Amino acid sequence: MTVEAQREALFEYLLRLGDNALILGHRLSEWCGKGPVLEEDIALSNIALDLVGQSTLWLEFAATVEGGARDADALAFKRDVLDWRNFLLVEQPNGDFAHTIVRQFLFDCFHVELLQALSKSANQEIAGIASKALKEALYHRRHSGQWVIRLGDGTEESHARAQAALDALWGYTRELFEGDAIDEMMMQAGIAPDPGDFEENWKQAVGAVLAEATLTVPDANWSIGGGKKGIHSEHLGFLLAEMQFLPRAYPDAQW
Amino acid sequence: MVQSQITGNASEADEAARFQSKVDREIKIEPRDWMPEGYRKTLVRQISQHAHSEIVGMLPEGCWVTRAPSLRRKVQLLAKIQDEGGHGLYLYSAAETLGTSRAEMIDALHEGRAKYSNIFNYPVLSWADIGAIGWLVDGAAIINQIALCRCSYGPYARAMERICREESFHQRQGYEIMMSMAFGTKDQKRMAQSALDRWWWPSLMMFGPSDRESAHSSQSMQWKIKRVSNDDLRQQFIDMTVPQADYLGLKMPDPDLKWNEERGHYDFGAIDWAELKRVVSGDGPCNKERMTARVKAHEDGAWVREAAAAYGEKQRLRKQAAKIAAE
Ligand SMILES: [Fe+2]
Ligand SMILES: [Fe+2]
Ligand SMILES: [Fe+2]
Repeated sequence: MTVEAQREALFEYLLRLGDNALILGHRLSEWCGKGPVLEEDIALSNIALDLVGQSTLWLEFAATVEGGARDADALAFKRDVLDWRNFLLVEQPNGDFAHTIVRQFLFDCFHVELLQALSKSANQEIAGIASKALKEALYHRRHSGQWVIRLGDGTEESHARAQAALDALWGYTRELFEGDAIDEMMMQAGIAPDPGDFEENWKQAVGAVLAEATLTVPDANWSIGGGKKGIHSEHLGFLLAEMQFLPRAYPDAQW
Repeated sequence: MVQSQITGNASEADEAARFQSKVDREIKIEPRDWMPEGYRKTLVRQISQHAHSEIVGMLPEGCWVTRAPSLRRKVQLLAKIQDEGGHGLYLYSAAETLGTSRAEMIDALHEGRAKYSNIFNYPVLSWADIGAIGWLVDGAAIINQIALCRCSYGPYARAMERICREESFHQRQGYEIMMSMAFGTKDQKRMAQSALDRWWWPSLMMFGPSDRESAHSSQSMQWKIKRVSNDDLRQQFIDMTVPQADYLGLKMPDPDLKWNEERGHYDFGAIDWAELKRVVSGDGPCNKERMTARVKAHEDGAWVREAAAAYGEKQRLRKQAAKIAAE
């Protein structure tokens, strides 16, 4: 494999990491001032802050790997839908608090597994960012997991809403564990794990919390993916239109 | 009955004298200390109003957090909004030490019985407005709050100290945004000037009515809830801010603003008090939007709060049952 192909694959891989964190962080920031209690307003903006911070580190590294033609901001604010590499799960709209929490929990459980593996990456830069992000992700998982339990084992209404969110989002989780050629290259180089490897751990972690929450693991016979290849849901375009408005409208400006 | 009422009054007068003497000697009043009912009421009104301002203030900033123009600005604004939520939390806790619950205070806000800062009833139209809010609104807040760090009520004074440190950080960040705008492209400069034009007068109104008009000032000064008068704080803010605007190359929207050598202060034009009255009483450009957004968030969150309470109760009963089983 050529050095050039390696470099391109690493760039693609870093975009996936950066894009998942940025899009989910952006979604959470939409909650600002609208949370169910003040403590949750603070917690959600704190998690958003962590995720946008992580995405900055991944995208900065991606920009370096690419060769410096674009910086992290150009990657965040000047790419259109087809060039985004995040999972469909994280771009799904916030919905009610149950949807936001369940989406977060499903991702957090994946994120912890992924970052744990990446913190042992042969690439020192990746290992460093992942170790820092892992501490945050562990807190995120605890936070979302506790809420899944409270909602599931709370009132009849909260249980129904949590179950509905789970049923609506479950089909987007298949994608988290589907490896492709890029994953394969990263795995060969000792940079990143095979995502399929931690599907079992994820299932156990999620299952344990859902059991405590008295929620049922959906037996979904549908799944939608494509994010890694830039095949997204319609929601992403609107999110980007809002997020990228200023740099697009005033391309000469420095902010 | 008559007898005890007399001794009651006498001891109340003693307590009042002791209270005032403590205040005069700069000894902080703590939650369990005796305090006049009026003192308690004034504090609850003022602290809760301050807490409401922090959380209502999250809405105009939240309006731009999804459109922040760079990753660094997005992170900064998220951190600021998170801080403001934290300020709301400390302030509600400080007010709760006076015997009013957060839920009661929030109901009062949502039912229109409590006020919040007039400043958040203006629209945030461009990214430069986010800079202007940090620079001017947090700047004005700091001036107010530094004075409040010496407030006679201990929990409020201590909350203020913590908050002041963070507000000065917000102020610097806001000014830094203003610099990037004012020194930027023609479009950015226009946004910066427009933001200053629209936020300057409302910022001056944040210090409240003139001392001659203020209903609460003199009693609050005697109780040392208020340490510096509204007009003095306002003057301090103007003197601090005018050179900062000059540095940005922006024009203050006040033709009467000029340095007065003799006074050692800037003179400034007449404040439109009718406008303040109109905005405070609910007819500002965004009052209805802000309250609708607050009430909607609260109502939409009701089932979540109920769930958390129900779960907490179940857990309590489970623990109790486990304890009984173990005995
Ligand atoms: Fe604040
Ligand atoms: Fe404040
Ligand atoms: Fe602030």
